[in-house]
Amino acid sequence: MFAAENGLKGDPRLEAISAAIRVVPNFPKKGIMFQDITTLLLDHKAFKHTIDIFVDRYKDMQISVVAGVEARGFLFGPSIALAIGAKFIPLRKPGKLPGKVISESYELEYGHDRLEMHVGAVEPRERVIIIDDLVATGGTLSAAMSLLESQGAEVVECACVIGLPEVKGQHKLKGKPLYVLVEPSGLDEFC
Amino acid sequence: MQTIIISPLVSHRLCLARAVPCNRLLNNHHRAPPSIRLSNHRSTTSLRLFSSAGSLCVCKSDAEYFAKAAASRDSEMATEDVQDPRIAKIASSIRVIPDFPKPGIMFQDITTLLLDTEAFKDTIALFVDRYKDKGISVVAGVEARGFIFGPPIALAIGAKFVPMRKPKKLPGKVISEEYSLEYGTDTIEMHVGAVEPGERAIIIDDLIATGGTLAAAIRLLERVGVKIVECACVIELPELKGKEKLGETSLFVLVKSAA
Repeated sequence: MFAAENGLKGDPRLEAISAAIRVVPNFPKKGIMFQDITTLLLDHKAFKHTIDIFVDRYKDMQISVVAGVEARGFLFGPSIALAIGAKFIPLRKPGKLPGKVISESYELEYGHDRLEMHVGAVEPRERVIIIDDLVATGGTLSAAMSLLESQGAEVVECACVIGLPEVKGQHKLKGKPLYVLVEPSGLDEFC
Repeated sequence: MQTIIISPLVSHRLCLARAVPCNRLLNNHHRAPPSIRLSNHRSTTSLRLFSSAGSLCVCKSDAEYFAKAAASRDSEMATEDVQDPRIAKIASSIRVIPDFPKPGIMFQDITTLLLDTEAFKDTIALFVDRYKDKGISVVAGVEARGFIFGPPIALAIGAKFVPMRKPKKLPGKVISEEYSLEYGTDTIEMHVGAVEPGERAIIIDDLIATGGTLAAAIRLLERVGVKIVECACVIELPELKGKEKLGETSLFVLVKSAA
């Protein structure tokens, strides 16, 4: 569900966030309009709004874990975790985490990738939110959910800054709520 | 703005009507600093007076004045060397994993620090306390673990966060810097236009080992005219002498560990 349809309709912060995201055409390949959040990170006010909106939503939901997907989930997750008093768990590409890990495979457009999490990072029955910068097909987030649920944790919600058209109208991802701040910026918004 | 006219017969020794408090000068980025007019027989020169920690200097321009003010803040910061009580908890929250990524390496795993909400909060607070109110407008963080510590610091001190990434990850136009590994080389990249000349930056990573990555990050930022105030890491492995690779840039770490 989009934030504008869920209590934040007309919130000027959402417009500021959307305007701060840069579109880079044909990256990583022809035809893809890449949503570049690095420009959001350069806009201190808009970056702060992004974190504040997530914190306001999750601070009273007894969330004890924020899991962030490498690498852009790392840009948003820790600030949210710190503000709501939760642990931060990085979910990483294979071979990066040094300790004992569990892993989950997920599909890419062509081929597969894997996501890993440290064993023991999350405990059974902990309430978790999963953060990434953008949700497209939901493949990565689904893999993340599987990892956390396999350890007995409860995924309360998945949260992303940007949601591609494929997810519009979808309130749930694999049965769990999905919360998105903005739709993709168009090319003509990039000056 | 104070203007003090003094006799042209006074040569090197400058007398002020009253001393200007150091803090007021350093915290006032936007107000013009006090000036003195020296008259000689031919012309009147207007000079800026800079005062810090008991020493006085005459600056020939506003730019020189503000540069000295910034440098003074920086050197005062670097001389602090007291063990904060929060450090012990932070150090004990870091897990060491032997033989990762290869035999003989004792890997410093900060993921356990991130699971300790007090220790993580204290880590960020220690960096924020050090860097707030120092005119730092850029926090640059090295992929990927620098992305975990950098943004919370940037948000707290009102700075932008600039990710420095492995090749081909950043979508826009980039500048790159190559650096040496034990075998071969690697490259870090930054978006063109992310920073502007004259900005003051700190560079964040979880750990400094040989210093190669941080040295490359320094070179990348200096190439575009940014002043690196300091490199900041949670952990240093002093035996690997990474500090030496940073040249004139100072290093601040919370925890020192055996390699």
